[in-house]
Amino acid sequence: MFSVFIFFNGHHEPGGGFIGGLMTSSAVVLLLLAYDLETVKRVLPFDFKIVTAAGLLTAVATGMGSFLFGEPFLSQTYDYFTFPVLGELELATALLFDIGVYLVVIGITLTIIQTIGEDR
Amino acid sequence: MTNLIIWPVLIPLLTGILLLFAPKRVVFQRGLSTVSAAVLLVVNIFIVFTVQQQGIQTLQLGGWQPPFGIVLVTDMLAALLITAAAVVSLPILVFSIYSIGKERERFYFYAFYQFLIAGVMGAFITGDIFNLFVFFEVMLISSYILIVHGGTKKQLRESFKYVLVNVISSAFFVVGVAYLYAVTGTLNMAQLSERIGSLDTGAPILSVIAVLFLIVFGLKGALFPLYFWLPASYAAPPSPIAAIFGALLTKVGIYSIFRTYSMIFTHDTAFTHQLLGILAALTMIIGVIGAVAHQDVKKILVYNVIVAVGFVLFGVSTMTETGYMGAIFYLFHDIIIKGALFLMIGAMITVAGSTHLKEMGGLIKYHPRLGWMFFTAVMALVGVPPLSGFIGKLMLVQGGAEAGQYWIIAVMMASSLLVLYSMIRIFLKGFYGKIKLEKADQYGTTKGLLLPCAFLLTVSVLIGVGAEAVYPLAATAAETLYEPQIYIDAVLKE
Repeated sequence: MFSVFIFFNGHHEPGGGFIGGLMTSSAVVLLLLAYDLETVKRVLPFDFKIVTAAGLLTAVATGMGSFLFGEPFLSQTYDYFTFPVLGELELATALLFDIGVYLVVIGITLTIIQTIGEDR
Repeated sequence: MTNLIIWPVLIPLLTGILLLFAPKRVVFQRGLSTVSAAVLLVVNIFIVFTVQQQGIQTLQLGGWQPPFGIVLVTDMLAALLITAAAVVSLPILVFSIYSIGKERERFYFYAFYQFLIAGVMGAFITGDIFNLFVFFEVMLISSYILIVHGGTKKQLRESFKYVLVNVISSAFFVVGVAYLYAVTGTLNMAQLSERIGSLDTGAPILSVIAVLFLIVFGLKGALFPLYFWLPASYAAPPSPIAAIFGALLTKVGIYSIFRTYSMIFTHDTAFTHQLLGILAALTMIIGVIGAVAHQDVKKILVYNVIVAVGFVLFGVSTMTETGYMGAIFYLFHDIIIKGALFLMIGAMITVAGSTHLKEMGGLIKYHPRLGWMFFTAVMALVGVPPLSGFIGKLMLVQGGAEAGQYWIIAVMMASSLLVLYSMIRIFLKGFYGKIKLEKADQYGTTKGLLLPCAFLLTVSVLIGVGAEAVYPLAATAAETLYEPQIYIDAVLKE
C-alpha cells in the first residue's frame, strides 16, 4: 500500500518529467520487490512499451501543435482549460511536453526492469 | 512555410513512434514505413529546390533568436545530403521488406530504422554543435540496436566493440564541445565561426580543439588510424542494415568534418588541413590494401567505404572551391552507389548462401540482370566517364592540383585503380567462372531484391549523365562552404 502511495505521489514531485518519471518507476520497482512479476503485471496492466510510445507521441505532438499557430516547431503557448473539478486553469504547453517525458521515462525504466527480470 | 525544414526529422520520427504501437502487425509496419520513406524523399527534393531559389533556410526552434536558441540550418550541402539519404533509405527499406525476415520485423526493426533516419537527417541540418551531438546519439543508439538486432553470435561480438568505440568517441565529443565552449562561449555554429575568425590568429588551443574534433569525427567516419572498428562491425549485421550503415553512418562523420573544417576551424590551415590531407591519403592506402587483401565480398566492400572517406576528406583538405565541389559531388555519389553495391552484394549472398568468393561462381548464368547491374555499379564507383563517380573525382583532382597536393593525387589515382581491381575481382570470380551452384542448389531467390538495386543504380547513372543539372546545386553548396560569411549572415541576420 505504501508503494502505491509513492506511485501516486511521484506524479506531483517537483523537478520536471524526468525525476517524476523515475520516482514513479522506483515505486513500481518497490512493488516488484514486494511481490512477484505476475502480480505486479496484474495490478498494473499496462504494456510499458506502449506507454513509451504514447509519451513520445505526446511530446512530438505538443511541438507540432505550434504549427497550427504558424510558429516555429516547439514554440510554447498558454492554453486555458476548464476542468469540472478545478475550474479554469492556465496551463503552458511545456507541461504537456513534460507529461510526454514523464511517460517515456516510466515506460523505458519499467521495460528495462521487466525484461531483465523475466529472463531469469 | 517556416517549418518546412523540420519535416525531414519529423517524418521519420513520427513514423517511428507510430510503429511502436503495433510491433506485431508486420503489414502495417511495412506499409507505413514505405509510405513515409517515399514522402520523405519528395519533401527533401522540394527542400533542395527551395534552397536553390531562396537561399539558405533557417528555422529558429521555439522562436528564440539564433545564438541563444537552437537553429536548424539547411544550406545546399545539407539539402543535398538529406536528399541523398532519403534516396537510399527508400530502396533499402524495400530490400529489407523482402530479405530481413518476419522474426526481425516483429521486434521493432522498422521503428529503429526510422529513428536512425531521423538522427541522420537531424545531424545534417542542425546549426548547433551540441545539438549535433544529440542527433549523433539518436543515430548511434538506433545503430547499436540495428547492429545487434537478431542476436546472432557474430553480431553480439561485433556490436560490443562498436558500442565501446562509439561511447568513447562520444565522450571525446562532449569534451571537445566543453573546450570549445570555454574558449568561445557559444555553441551556435555560425557564431562559433564568427568568433573564431575574430580571435587572434593561431591561438594554439583552437588547433588543439580542431584536432580533438578531428579525432571524434574521424572515429565516427573511419579516418585512417581510427578506422579499426569498422570492417568487422559492418560485416556483421544482415545486408540491408549493412547497406544503410555503409551508405549513411560514416558519411555523417565526414559531413561533420566537412562542416567544422570549412566553417569553424579555418584559423591555422597550414597545420590542421595539412594533417587532414595526410590522414586522407593514408586512409585511401589502408582502404585499398584491405579491399585487395580480402576474399570476403562484404569485407571488400566495407574497405571500399574507407577508401571513399579518404577521397572526400582530401577534397576538404584542399580548401579550394573546386576541391569542395568535388568532395560534395563525390559524397553525394558515394552515398547512393555504396547503398546500391551493398544491396547487390546482399542479393549475391542471398543466392550463394555464403559471403566468401571461393564459394561463388558462375552466378551470371542464372542472374544475368544482377550481374550486369553489378558491373555498371562497379564502373560508376570507380568513375568511368559517363557514370557518376567521374565528375567528383575529376574535380577532386583539379582542386588538389590547385592546392599543389600532387602526391596525394597520385595516391588517389593509384587507389582508384586498386578499387577497380578489388571490385572487378568480385565480378570475375563471383559472376563468371565455373558454376558452383546449379539452380536447384541456390539458397534463395532474388525476387524483389533487384528492384531496389535497379532504382539506386538508375539514380546513380542519372547523376552521371545529368551532371549538368546537378552541377549548379553543387556549386551553390561549395560557395557557401568556401565563404562561410554567407552562412553566418543567413543565421545571424537580425
